[in-house]
Amino acid sequence: MQYAILATFLGGIACAVIGVFVVLLHMPFIGVAMSHAAFAGALFGLLIGVNPLITAFAFSLLVALIIGPLADRGQLSPDTSLGVIYSLMLGIAFLIIGVLPSSRSEALGLLWGSVLTVTRSDIILIAIVAVVVIGLVIAFFKEAQAAVFNRQIALSVGLPATLILYVVLFMTGASITVSLNSIGGLLIFSLILNPAAAAYQLTYSMKKMFLLAAVFGVASGWAGLLLSYLFNIPSGATIVITSSLIFGVCVLFSPKRRTGKINSGHIVNK
Amino acid sequence: MSEAIIKIENAVVSYREDVALHGVSLKVFSGEFVGVIGPNGAGKTTLLTVVNGLGNLISGQVQVLGKPVTANDRHELRKQVGYVAQVENIDPRMPMSVREVVMIGRYGLLGLFHRPGKSDWAIVDAALEMVGMLQLSKRPIGHLSGGEQQRAAIARCLAQEPKIFLLDEPTASLDWKARTDILEMVKRIHDARHLTTLFVTHELETLPNTCDRLVLMKEGRIIGDGKPEKLISVENLSRLYDLPLDIIIERHPHIHHDKGH
Repeated sequence: MQYAILATFLGGIACAVIGVFVVLLHMPFIGVAMSHAAFAGALFGLLIGVNPLITAFAFSLLVALIIGPLADRGQLSPDTSLGVIYSLMLGIAFLIIGVLPSSRSEALGLLWGSVLTVTRSDIILIAIVAVVVIGLVIAFFKEAQAAVFNRQIALSVGLPATLILYVVLFMTGASITVSLNSIGGLLIFSLILNPAAAAYQLTYSMKKMFLLAAVFGVASGWAGLLLSYLFNIPSGATIVITSSLIFGVCVLFSPKRRTGKINSGHIVNK
Repeated sequence: MSEAIIKIENAVVSYREDVALHGVSLKVFSGEFVGVIGPNGAGKTTLLTVVNGLGNLISGQVQVLGKPVTANDRHELRKQVGYVAQVENIDPRMPMSVREVVMIGRYGLLGLFHRPGKSDWAIVDAALEMVGMLQLSKRPIGHLSGGEQQRAAIARCLAQEPKIFLLDEPTASLDWKARTDILEMVKRIHDARHLTTLFVTHELETLPNTCDRLVLMKEGRIIGDGKPEKLISVENLSRLYDLPLDIIIERHPHIHHDKGH
């Protein structure tokens, strides 16, 4: 149980912080495709007898390398290329489940996740990724801020905006991979998107958005764990449903929803 | 004549099968205010992007501030070149204030691991004051009107303290009041700071009052280069925009005919 609490704490922070980039760069479909690629990759690892986390990371990076140049050139069409990649990865995943000679329960574990069975080595990996993600955001906050505001502008002032995009994609792949065992391949993306999307509703400060997203990520994890323990239901599902409920509440009470877009032209002209 | 700080020689740029620049050559001298006009697809934006290294040259040479623009030096070059694009749709919920967005102009100069200090914020506030936006500095950037967003973009460039100022149709899609405000501001900034300025625009009426020099572009080529009062003629505009003379006269009755026509 201690490991479960630690895994949801560290995984919640890492996924939520990555989620801020996913939300602000308007690329939720990239994350969906990458998380399903990681799931397919993990299953592929099981099939060929390699550590599933290695193949999960490799598959999600492969998708990032396909999608990255499209996103960088602004040619991304979520309903076409990403849809094809997403369905291909899901197809590969279910094909492998179908042909796996044994350890089908292990495959289903990667699908749904089980935070109560995470091991010490899982925790160490999640901790490493969480520390790297937080460290990168703190060290390169101004570069990240410029790149998520507008990559073209970031490039025009001399910042390596393309490199920043690829680092975000790389860390998205890493966060998804290390959280596969606890949250599961089908649900992990919700833990990336929902806390950040909830934080986005509440603040006009990017620093506060990172902090709120991390708080919501951890709160989703811990509340989900509690519900899972109390009602003896799958923890991945309760974590994701909790994060969705937090998002719903934030939308309802969002100051941005009430104010909408303010036309301030009269103030300037005074 | 002072030193040429932008030298473009036979620049060819293409995007996939479309050639955007066909061997364009241009020299811009220190402190000049050069207007660039032409129809859509003429290569005006591409001309600006080869100056700040955002465009990819297929052949030809570009020298900016005395140095050739190469893939390795692009980031350094861009720190000295301010760039204002057309009004872009900014998410109204974007979690950044106007002041933070203007500070982006200093980020390239600050370098990695350096946070903005008091002097940087003072430069940002001075830039906001120069464009008349200081009172809106704490407002979320997505809450500004199109004209205000362009003022903020110009302030961002001023905060960058550039040596070259590139403006790519900054007044497109703005109303008449915002357009004239932006044009006057750009002219005022040029006069105050003597910034070498390349200004892509469609504002034919105001060009002679703002630019020292005008470049006419069509189909990726420069087809005219000189004083705006001489180049803005019914005949040149007819050739530039492929419109009959009488339509140009009807739409722009104040524009003169070339002598001899």
